[in-house]
Parts: sequence; structure tokens; C-alpha cells
Amino acid sequence: MADEIGINGDNAVALAWKQIDPDVCAAYPITPQTIIVETFSEYVANGDVGTEFVCVESEHSALTVCVAAASAGARTFTATASQGLAYMWEMLPIASAMRVPIVMAVANRTLSGPINIHNDHGDAMSARDCGWVMIFAENVQEAYDNAVMAPRIAEHPDVQLPVMANLDGFILTHAIERMRPLDTAVVRKFVGEHKPLHPLLDWKKPVSHGLMDGPEDYYRHKYQMVEAMEKAFGVCEKVFADFAKISGRKYSIVEEYMCDDADCVAVILGSSFGTMKATVDKLRAEGLKVGACMPRVFRPWPAKQLAKVLGGKKAVLVMDKHVGVGAYGPMYPEVVAALAGGKMPKMHNCIYGLGGQDATVAGFEKILKAVASGKAKELSFMGVDV
Amino acid sequence: MTRRSLKDLANDSKVRLTSGHRLCAGCAESIIARQVMMATDKPLVVTSATGCFEVSTSIFPYTAWNVPWIHTAFGNSAATCAGTEAAYKALKRKGKVKDDIRFLCFAGDGATYDIGFQSLSGALERGHQMMYVCFNNEAYMNTGIQRSGATGFAASTTTSPVGSDITGKTQFPKDLTMIVAAHDIPYAAQVSPHNWRDLIAKAEKGFECGGPAFLNAISTCPRGWRTGTDSAIVMAKLAVETCVWPLYEYENGRFALTGESARIAEGKMEKKPVTEWIAAQGRYRHLAGDKHLGIVERMQADIDRRWERLQKLCKL
Amino acid sequence: MAAEKLIVGGRVIEPGKAEQFETGDWRTFTPVLDRELCIDCMTCWIYCPDSSVIVKDSKMMGFKLTHCKGCGICAKMCPKKAITMEEV
Repeated sequence: MADEIGINGDNAVALAWKQIDPDVCAAYPITPQTIIVETFSEYVANGDVGTEFVCVESEHSALTVCVAAASAGARTFTATASQGLAYMWEMLPIASAMRVPIVMAVANRTLSGPINIHNDHGDAMSARDCGWVMIFAENVQEAYDNAVMAPRIAEHPDVQLPVMANLDGFILTHAIERMRPLDTAVVRKFVGEHKPLHPLLDWKKPVSHGLMDGPEDYYRHKYQMVEAMEKAFGVCEKVFADFAKISGRKYSIVEEYMCDDADCVAVILGSSFGTMKATVDKLRAEGLKVGACMPRVFRPWPAKQLAKVLGGKKAVLVMDKHVGVGAYGPMYPEVVAALAGGKMPKMHNCIYGLGGQDATVAGFEKILKAVASGKAKELSFMGVDV
Repeated sequence: MTRRSLKDLANDSKVRLTSGHRLCAGCAESIIARQVMMATDKPLVVTSATGCFEVSTSIFPYTAWNVPWIHTAFGNSAATCAGTEAAYKALKRKGKVKDDIRFLCFAGDGATYDIGFQSLSGALERGHQMMYVCFNNEAYMNTGIQRSGATGFAASTTTSPVGSDITGKTQFPKDLTMIVAAHDIPYAAQVSPHNWRDLIAKAEKGFECGGPAFLNAISTCPRGWRTGTDSAIVMAKLAVETCVWPLYEYENGRFALTGESARIAEGKMEKKPVTEWIAAQGRYRHLAGDKHLGIVERMQADIDRRWERLQKLCKL
Repeated sequence: MAAEKLIVGGRVIEPGKAEQFETGDWRTFTPVLDRELCIDCMTCWIYCPDSSVIVKDSKMMGFKLTHCKGCGICAKMCPKKAITMEEV
């Protein structure tokens, strides 16, 4: 195993891709993702990878090139954020419906407007129903590890869906953290040879990709995706277990922190999980029985796994880094639905961190204490009414 | 010019697009597609933009394609084709693909002049080895005859209807072939299916030019042009004879007239007046009689001006 | 729903399967060939939008009426007027 290094999240993702050596990478610059493709293009320029790097004129074309290249038989990667993901949106459900195992890093950044370059989950959350497997990272190490694991999940014969690997903009993309990479040979062996299904370039067996469906066939093909998503749980577990063997780092579909005996648990995504763990430590020291969990795998939505963690608790706080204006945060109704089969804890939703608002232990402490003491409203806005 | 005779073509051509597609009777698109694909014996990977041609050749579970084919969306066919070519380059470099493959894209004028223009421009600039063929039927036919950037001046469409105050489309079409040529790609040309020899020769050049190639094909839509189902070839020919659609090519930095257009320029063939073009189509029916002589004069003046400019370019 | 029997991505792995979809019943008028007049020039073949002109060893053998939509381009373009469109 290689030594520990200091690296930011974007460069960690680029490093993972260099080690994987994908066939095609198509991308367009957007903050805070840009470092990934800048660094990767240096690898291309120096012959460190054999990748065909397509510097496209828009994110729409970036994902299009990936969809087409993957249909042709290539292992493909791309990266984007915010407006870039929004601009790609048309191609997101097409990519998943065409069942191409693309891997895309999303350096989570809020959506305009007003235009703002800082982190929240508005981009990824607005893409959550597009049929992509979605995974999140708490720190730079996890951003790297997710990048290594993603192709195995996407390309698994039972899945064959694109994977969106999220990392918080700036907080992870630009912050240098200590991380332990794997040896390139180990990564190559772990990821393995790409075996595309029905590649266009196998021209002696002509296949048509991207046909038009009537209502019945459309529904059947969509249902097929539902089944693949369900199978993605098992595939993720297997990939996590295999990854633990080569790295010593064990991941779960839902990561838990002091949940077992907790009366009150916060559900939170991404880098803020670390902040929430520090908050839990602080409140535990004060005698409050609180815990935290993070659905590392956000799609497929781990309803059963969450119900196991959260069922029977007195209160659950869902922290959303995006707001469905006029409704709740996007994760909240899904957690409520996950718990609907049993005795429902008291449910709370807190919107935090929009447009890069500081997500601090002090802020989390305030809302978590209010929830634990039964004084919190159902829906609250951190820094506004709590 | 292709040296192959029609008999050679009929005997030797592979059927890459089968019968059983659901284009309207008399649509020119499949005629053009067949001719283009006769121009190479190499393996093909084909892309289609969303549109009449894409839908009618790929209604699940049927496909009219005997070659690998992909469609993703409407405004990105050039990027789609570029993606297949990028995969080819990578996998060939890695030794996973051995054969010499050609990449071909078919898209309508809406997908080319309008929504897919950025994607096309990007792909041309990046220099992918692909041939992009535009079926220019001068409107959004798949959605029911709406005006596009390619629709002719004064043409009646469902979004440029003839009313009491407005007489059809109030703008002239953009000259996309010239815009494409301005990207300084190795090969660009205008073609018409009536002159199959010229079309196939240009497609042969496009396939083998070593970089991006572009063919803009005039493509009669009997439904949208309000012409007979048997009119596809005579209308395409008339477009050339009136200089509404001159045949020319841009090859390694030089323009040259071809086919009937070269003969018109040389004075060996008559340049027909635009009134013949107008009179043959129901979409210009409102221009009959003396009421809109000014509009007809403007159309003729625009054709003449563009034709003069093209002839000058071809002399450079 | 028997989704498990479907190939993923709505792909069709049987090339040219549209050949099984017969468009001949769209036809109102049917092309009729006068063999006496035909010179096998292949003009009808190059212009047929539906690949429905049958050619064998440089000979025009007639029309594939299972798919011919009856557009009439062949009759219009035939230099010898050997094809007529008839209501059959």
C-alpha cells in the first residue's frame, strides 16, 4: 500500500481515474470540478493514460460523448457541477435508459440563481430521479475510494447503470486532506477489464441503440431499470466488501455513528456527516443520546437499511442541503417514507448550508438540541429560524 | 465523380437500411441515406438525431438498420457521432478494435441549423473523423411543419402561417453550408438526390477526407412542401436548376461548383426563375397571382445575390 | 411484466428487423412494370425510398409489394415510361 499523501478532492478523483486509465473522458470546465479535468488532461498530455480526452463545447455534449462512447464499447468518465449538471439534464435519463455504465464525478455546487459557486446539494438533488446510482463522500479519502469503486458498480452485469459520485464543492474538491491511495496495479486489478454489452464497434453484430418505444415497451424498459437499481444494493455491498480487502477501509450503504443507543438520530449527506459526528461527540459529552447516519448510497434509496437504523427512535432529524421551495428538503419525505411501515419517530427537517452557508458544529448543535428536547418545528431553516 | 454505374451499384451495394421503415411515402430522406451509404464499403457506425428519419427507422422492436446505429437526443447528434468515433480511436489505440471503420451521422435541418448547431460546430472544430449529413427539408417536419432556420423566405409553415398581416416566413434561411465551410474542415458540399452520381462522389470524398465532412442534402418533404408523393426527385432537381440549392463543394480550402450548377455557371444550362420553384409547391401557394410580386422579387434577388457570390468564391 | 426477458437499454440486436414490418398496405396506387419497355437502367432502383425495386444480376425483376408504399417516384422518373401507377 502506498504512503499517505496530502491531496485535494478533485486531484484525488483525477488520480483514481489515472490509475483506472479509462478509454474515453469527455468534459467541460466548471467550478469547482475543473481541477479534475485539468489534472487529467495533464495525464493525457504526458502519456500517463491511453484515454481519448474529448474537450467538448458544452456539458450537454460531454455527457452525450460519454453515452455514445460507452455504447460503442468504451469505459467512460466525466465530471461536472451545478449549471453543468443542469445543462446535462436532458442526457441524464437518456444515459440511464440506454444502460451505459458511465462514471461521473459531481463536485456539488448550488444551482443558479442567484449565481453562486459554493457548495450545497442542489445540483445532485435535482438529478436524483434520473436513474443514476448516486454515491456520496464524507472526505477526500472517500472521494478517491468512490472513484475507484464506481466502475465496478456501474459495469456489473446486474446493474449496467451510470454512477454519479458526489463530492462537496470546495469543502472536498479544493481542501487538501491526508489520504492513502492504492497502488495502481491494485486499482487496475480491482476495477478489471471492461466488458461492454452490445458495443456498436462490434460491427459484425449490428445493434441498434436508442430506439423509440410505445407506452407498453417504455414502461417495461423503465421497470427493468427499477429491477437493476434494486440489484445495485447487493452489488454495492459486494464491491464495498471487496474494496475493504484491498484497502482496509470498510464502507456501508448507510454509515452509522453512535446510532445504536441513540434516542435521536440526524440523517445527513456528504462532508457535513463529519461535522455532525463532531456535534454528536459534543452532545454525548453533555449526556444527550444522539447519533448520526449518512446514506452513502443515495440511489438506490436505502429505505430498508435506514428503517433498520432509525426505526424505534424517539426523533429523527433530516438535514437537507437543498430546498424544494414550497415543500421540504428533498431527502426528508424519503426518510419519512422509509419509516412509514413502523412506529413513526417524531420527524424533523432542517434546511442548511444553501449556497455555501457555513455548516458548523455550533449550528448543528442548536438544531439537534432543539430536536432532542422536542422543541424543534417540523421544518426549520438553519441560520434563519433556528 | 463516382465511376460506378447504376448497374454496378445495384449489383454490389449492401443493404444497410432495410425496407419496413415508416417514413411517409415519397420522402426523400431514405433515398439520400441509401445513396450516401453506397459510397463506402467500409464498416459503418451510424448516428441519427431525433427526427422523422430516426423515429421511422427505429420503432421498437423493429430496426431498419443493418449496421450499428445509435440515437440519443435531438440537439446532439454531432456529439453522439463524435462519441462513437472517440471510442473507436481509444480502442483502436489500445488494440481492442482492428478494423477501419467510418462514422456517419444523419440529422434534419432543425437538428442541424438550429438546436444541434453548437454540437455540430464543436465536433467540426475538434476534427473528429466523421461525416455529417443534413437532410434539409426546410422545416420541422416531424412535429408537424414548423419553421426552422432553414425554411425559405415566405414559405407557409404551421409557425409561420400566412395571415392578413404576415405572409409566411419573414426571414431568409441561414446559409449553413457556408457556415460549416468557415470551420475550414477538409470537406463540405451541397448535394441533391436527383444527381446520384454527384451525391455519391461527394460522399466518397467525405468518407475518405481524413477529418470531419459535411453534406447538406436538399430533401423533399411532400407533406410539408405540399407536393405530390412522387415529387421528391423532380423537386430536388428543380431546387438545383433554380439555384435555390446550388451543387458545390468545399475541398481543402477551395470552392467548386458541380453538376447542373457548374453547367449553369458555364452558360450550358438555363437558370430557371424562382417562380417555377414557387409554383410547384403548395407552401408557396399564397404567392400566386400579382398580389405578392414584391415578395417574389425579393426571393429572386436573394437567390441571385447568393448565386453570384458563390460563383465568385468558386473562381478564387 | 416480463422485463427480465428484454435486452437492457431497449436495444435491438436483430439487424434489419424492420423488414418484418410490412408497409405495403399503406399503398393506394401500385407500380406496374411493362417489361417490354424496361431497359434495366436502374433509375427506379436508385430513387426508391423503400428499397422495393427488386434487382437481380443487373435485371429489374419487379417490385417488392410487401413494402412498396406506392409513392410513384419510380413511375415519374422512369425514362422509358415503363412503369405506371394503377389502382389495383
